[in-house]
Amino acid sequence: MGDYTYSELGSIFAMQGFAGISLFSVLLLMALGLAIIFGQMGVINMAHGEFMAVGAYTTYFVSVITEKYLPGFMPYYFVFAIFLAFIVAGILGYLAEFALIRHLYKRPLDTLLATWGLSLIMQQSFRSLFGAREVSPTLPEWLLGSYQPIESIHIPINGMFVLGLTGFVTLGVFYLLYKSKWGLCVRATTQNRIMSSAVGINTKKIDRYTFALGCGIAGIAGGAFTTIASTGPTTGTLYIVDTFMVVVFGGAASLFGTIISAFSIAQAQSLLEFFISGSMAKVYTLFALVLILMFKPEGLFASKVRR
Amino acid sequence: MTFVYQKLMGGKSGLIGFMILATLILVIFPLFLDSFRLNLVGKYLTYAFAAVSLVLIWGYGGVLSLGQGIFFGLGGYGMAMFLKLEASSVANTAIQSTPGIPDFMDWNQITSLPWFWEPFNSFTFTILAILIIPTIFAYIVGAAMFKRRVGGVYFAIITQVIAVILTILIVGQQGYTGGINGITDLRTLNGWDITSNSAKNLFYFINCGLLLIVIIISRFILTSKFGSLLLAIRDKEDRVRFSGYDVSNFKIFVFCFAALISAIGGAMFTLQVGFMSPSFVGIVPSIEMVIFAAVGGRMSLIGAVYGTLLINFGKTGFSESFPELWLFLMGGLFISVVMFFPNGLAGLWQDYGHHITNKLTFFTNLFKRKSLSNSDSSVTQKN
Repeated sequence: MGDYTYSELGSIFAMQGFAGISLFSVLLLMALGLAIIFGQMGVINMAHGEFMAVGAYTTYFVSVITEKYLPGFMPYYFVFAIFLAFIVAGILGYLAEFALIRHLYKRPLDTLLATWGLSLIMQQSFRSLFGAREVSPTLPEWLLGSYQPIESIHIPINGMFVLGLTGFVTLGVFYLLYKSKWGLCVRATTQNRIMSSAVGINTKKIDRYTFALGCGIAGIAGGAFTTIASTGPTTGTLYIVDTFMVVVFGGAASLFGTIISAFSIAQAQSLLEFFISGSMAKVYTLFALVLILMFKPEGLFASKVRR
Repeated sequence: MTFVYQKLMGGKSGLIGFMILATLILVIFPLFLDSFRLNLVGKYLTYAFAAVSLVLIWGYGGVLSLGQGIFFGLGGYGMAMFLKLEASSVANTAIQSTPGIPDFMDWNQITSLPWFWEPFNSFTFTILAILIIPTIFAYIVGAAMFKRRVGGVYFAIITQVIAVILTILIVGQQGYTGGINGITDLRTLNGWDITSNSAKNLFYFINCGLLLIVIIISRFILTSKFGSLLLAIRDKEDRVRFSGYDVSNFKIFVFCFAALISAIGGAMFTLQVGFMSPSFVGIVPSIEMVIFAAVGGRMSLIGAVYGTLLINFGKTGFSESFPELWLFLMGGLFISVVMFFPNGLAGLWQDYGHHITNKLTFFTNLFKRKSLSNSDSSVTQKN
């Protein structure tokens, strides 16, 4: 880092920090969905990245349709598209739970294999439907460009928008899980399935909606993802390992831990990327995570439960 | 003799299964397949090493390792480094700006051989490295995880991350590892041309021999007291621990042994195919190895070999004619194996095989009775 002055370093940190925020937002949105599915339900959903891609493709699809038939609607379509991404991914998640996951709750390692199979099928479906080429939606004008508080710092507006969206979704998830009656049922089901059904909770229904919600949030992540990169059939696989690391590192059942770990992983990677090549930045970040997890296998903020 | 029969072969059914497999790969394939196809089967059999290792660690140990690709890769790269150094002698690489180093290093403006490449000039070191480095690596990972009682899902995810790290490292450090193309253009082993058909055929038989030996050793481990303990750990870890056993050591041992087997497979892969690349290290190959074992039957050493052969034949056949269908089929296979046949082909054989064997015994009995009655009659005639 030797050749930079302090003010330059400050700007670099600020810029990379803001660049990291986009990554942080996508990672956090992905991880929120996975924290619900993996942390609460114990299902290793390897197809989670593909549900994100479903959201991204939905956004792209809406953008193409709007551009063709409703050009006047262009400035507003994005919000609608993200909502639709949530719905589509959620419905697919609902179906996947019904057809596949519900038979495997007692065999967590097998959910890994089955959902990997699901992810292969979904990838090939994307390829058949949208082509092997990467696509990206036409973003509305107001998302482009950047805000410049001082000369050397550019803050991209799409990053801020995605951050706002992430904050909104996080609060929503927090409310749903910890303040609503439904969340109480979810947590009860996770802790003791038999007792929960004994007190009258329909655990099967809870499972299905929980899984659908997790996938729907992955869909939102996909919508947000389109603002920072283009989408291809294998986009999901690129993020799935990182997302699992975020969830595991944060402590699987802790929402707060997930936020902190998504932030630190995204920022570490983004800052390192400026000084060394992108691939090495990722190697160092992942390696540090593995090392930390070897000493603290339960993650940063583990729930205090004896296992 | 009974030791060999019971411990190494696993009784009558085990012996029959082993013999059928040995006949298939040692006699039938070489007789009926041309050199190209035989080489292909040889490649599949190197994957079977990893599948067999997964039967040990996953089927019996109950620990799903998504990192068998790591060890397969370490073994393969070890062998490839040695062969590459031999292929890039000063005479062969005279046109490079620095002769005597592998071509990809020259392309990446590296002017001297990196230190960790130096020892791979020696064949003895290479063989030792292939056997020892993956085992030590597995020991470090295994000790760190199992001693802290990390298992199940977390272990799977962390081994997967290590596989990702290794892949990114290999792809990113192009100058030292050959990058995404891997280490290619391997020609000779101690001066002996390994690209010829006769060499490939020889490797095929060495491959089969090693695989059969690995199966026998694994069978010995599984039929011993250790094997019973392993099963006990899988089913009720706490009880075994309360009985006074150090559970983690057993898991570490089986993980190391599985790593060793995979590494041998990787080294044989390099020899058989003639190159090594990061596409045999990362997440996708590691999970595919798991599905080989799952399709064959996670509890069956021999089933794992059949599973590997079946899927790879399917993959080659389908991706030649309908590449688009293959991923659907593979995905469907993952799902259906997990949902409907959790014990794979071997499980199917156990459930339905006795119909076939019953019929066979029926016919053999019939035959026996006939010959018996014949001999009876001959006896009576004599009288």
